[in-house]
Amino acid sequence: MKQDYRHPHLPYGNEVFLIVAKAPVRTNEPPIPNRERPAEPQPFEANPEQLLQFYKEMLLIRRFEEKAGQLYGLGFIGGFCHLYIGQEAVAVGLQSALDGERDSVITGYRDHGHMLAYGIDPKVIMAELTGRAAGISKGKGGSMHMFSTEKRFYGGHGIVGAQVSLGTGLAFKHKYSGDGGVCLAYFGDGAANQGQVYESFNMAELWKLPIIFVIENNQYAMGTSVNRASSEDQLYRRGESFRIPGIQVDGMDVLACRGAAEEALAWVRAGKGPVILEMKTYRYRGHSMSDPAKYRSRDEVQAVRDKSDPIEHVKRLLTEQGVKEEELKKVEQDIRKTVNEAADFAESTPEPEVGELYTDVLVETY
Amino acid sequence: MAVEIKMPALSPTMEEGTLAKWLVKEGDQVKSGDIMAEIETDKATMEFEAVDEGTVAKILVAEGTDNVKVGTVIMTLAAEGEDASAAAPAATKDDSPAPQAKADEKKADKVEDSAHPAQEKVDTGARQLFEAAAHKAEVENPEVPAGTEMVKTTVREALRDAMAEEMRADERVFVMGEEVAQYQGAYKVTQGLLDEFGDKRVIDTPITEYGFAGVGTGAAMGGLRPIVEFMTFNFAMQAIDHIINSAAKTNYMSGGQMRCPIVFRGPNGAASRVGAQHSQNYAPWYASVPGLIVIAPYDAQDAKGLLKAAIRSEDPVVFLENELLYGRSFDVPKLDDFVLPIGKARIMREGKDVTIVSYSIGVGLALEAAETLAGEGIDAEVIDLRTLRPLDRKTVLKSLAKTNRIVVVEEGWPTCSIASEIAAFVMEEGFDDLDAPILRVTDEDVPLPYAANLEKLALIDAAKVVKAVKKVCYKG
Repeated sequence: MKQDYRHPHLPYGNEVFLIVAKAPVRTNEPPIPNRERPAEPQPFEANPEQLLQFYKEMLLIRRFEEKAGQLYGLGFIGGFCHLYIGQEAVAVGLQSALDGERDSVITGYRDHGHMLAYGIDPKVIMAELTGRAAGISKGKGGSMHMFSTEKRFYGGHGIVGAQVSLGTGLAFKHKYSGDGGVCLAYFGDGAANQGQVYESFNMAELWKLPIIFVIENNQYAMGTSVNRASSEDQLYRRGESFRIPGIQVDGMDVLACRGAAEEALAWVRAGKGPVILEMKTYRYRGHSMSDPAKYRSRDEVQAVRDKSDPIEHVKRLLTEQGVKEEELKKVEQDIRKTVNEAADFAESTPEPEVGELYTDVLVETY
Repeated sequence: MAVEIKMPALSPTMEEGTLAKWLVKEGDQVKSGDIMAEIETDKATMEFEAVDEGTVAKILVAEGTDNVKVGTVIMTLAAEGEDASAAAPAATKDDSPAPQAKADEKKADKVEDSAHPAQEKVDTGARQLFEAAAHKAEVENPEVPAGTEMVKTTVREALRDAMAEEMRADERVFVMGEEVAQYQGAYKVTQGLLDEFGDKRVIDTPITEYGFAGVGTGAAMGGLRPIVEFMTFNFAMQAIDHIINSAAKTNYMSGGQMRCPIVFRGPNGAASRVGAQHSQNYAPWYASVPGLIVIAPYDAQDAKGLLKAAIRSEDPVVFLENELLYGRSFDVPKLDDFVLPIGKARIMREGKDVTIVSYSIGVGLALEAAETLAGEGIDAEVIDLRTLRPLDRKTVLKSLAKTNRIVVVEEGWPTCSIASEIAAFVMEEGFDDLDAPILRVTDEDVPLPYAANLEKLALIDAAKVVKAVKKVCYKG
């Protein structure tokens, strides 16, 4: 029932192909019959408005991140800055399926896209990147540490894999208080080799916690490709020894992402415990801004951009549905305007007051 | 000759226990491995097995007897071919104390025979700490209203009562950790909680410290109020990333959005003869981290009042207990809701000549030393810091202004210790009040050895405190 990752536009014949091709062929493998598993997800059937909305959200992330890259180059953004370019379909597709009133999301340090997919004002995100008082964390968190408890977005965590245990704790809270919520905990292919991930898998299944473990497999943990670091490189199988079912998803296709989210949510909401979604995706930029990306060829990146870009994919679908070129141009212009305004704001809004140095260390006074 | 079977010690600090049940009767044949009796302490229940073969000659302590001292002869065993009835009088010759009699323990300890050496109370470093922890505060706690009825309570019970009271008051409070539920706590601190609150709120975890510390922290971020028990803080090393990176820093990093009201608690510091990996004081580690509250109580009332405060706090709290103190009894005020303020030190003994500052089990030694010093004409003030972060500098400096001399006593390593921190701020803020250099009495700067004699050398004792105090008083 598991499908190989076979995106129609994957650039077979280069290194990406090699990574995929090295995986054991599993298409003819009989499903393990000893227990129930989620059904094979179906691509989401988006109506024109929904599709256009996906396009807008993904494009906003793309343009926002490009601008962040520029501001980093100009010295407005310091420290670490991990861009989400190439992975937009994952956050947009998955989060569009959530119930904003009760579900929670947590992720690692590559968190700008997840914030934007929640509809959080790009200005306060960009202002956080530039370390300004108006930033969503008052400028005290930075690129890796952004939160919105109002939206139930719990960060923004810098230690690889920590968000998996924390997310399991959020799921524990959903179950404990019976609020009907599900936690979506994102982590990368690199984090998938951290010990605490498996400690969390064990407890999540043992206690049937409502959590979707989302592995954003962008093929590289910093500079190390999945198959150089993972004895089982089919990461959706990593829950098998904990009896957690896994589904491999085309993370470059927003409709596949949304479809997988619906299947996973149905499973988890039915009280069947956690599920793993392995999102096969790709990051176009380096791990962080300081990564020269010497571990892969320029051609490899270009091939993915040319053939499997998630935004171009949706654009094509929209065109097929008869959306006019001018309309898409207008969307593009609006988004550029929004992003430019966010950048202008982030550059000009003041830094935190000096007194902020000592606030928020503790909540209470002792 | 009949073999004397003596009351065994279930732990290195056990002094006495209850002979709960006999599973053999006089005249029974026993062989090695047969269970002869059940023995209980407040901490554990244990089956007592036969080591030798023979016939039960005489049972000398009836089942259900409490306070049977370790080393008391509880039965005699006739060897094969020996007349069981003839073996019985052997007990009458024994000079070990009868269980209810006022026993001279030291005398009992010396009772030995070659076949069965008496349960020797080995003179270890931990024993010194344990013995000293019999010392009580000599000053009334100003936070307890005068005339309040006091109830003798062990530190273990006080901690349990604190958790139970807070769990009754707030649905969001739950306890998780290894063996906290069905086993009733590895050190019986959570005894009875499962029965009262059920398995939704008293949760046994797998042995997975990093994982469950993260789960607890995430649950706190989500709005619950977890109490995460570490079987000992040595194992929290596996989880320290979540305590520091996730729990302590997130409120700041989020600009005050993400609170983390969690308590990490468990025994800390040296226990008895458990070797280097199980004997470390982590107080300086956690106390160095902004964003954390660190509490290390000495007696039962502080254990209760401060744990309740910790559970109610909106901030993450590291609550450092001490295994050697768990079984010690102290007076606890009988109040419906006894909560102590975090961040306030307590004067345990008033004095004018020198200030001895300590926390956790070191306070017992400080009080013992003060007693000795009083006999030599030195009047020591003893301060229990109770909270290590934030540190109550005011109380320390105020005492220093009175005595002009200060010694810090810490069951822990000297380098980058709480004692070092106190030395630093006293220099910075109290320099003009100092008539002598600050001295630190700490454990030796080595991993804690197992050998009893070396352990004794490595750990602090009252004599070392007395010596340091005399030095700062320029007397001897």
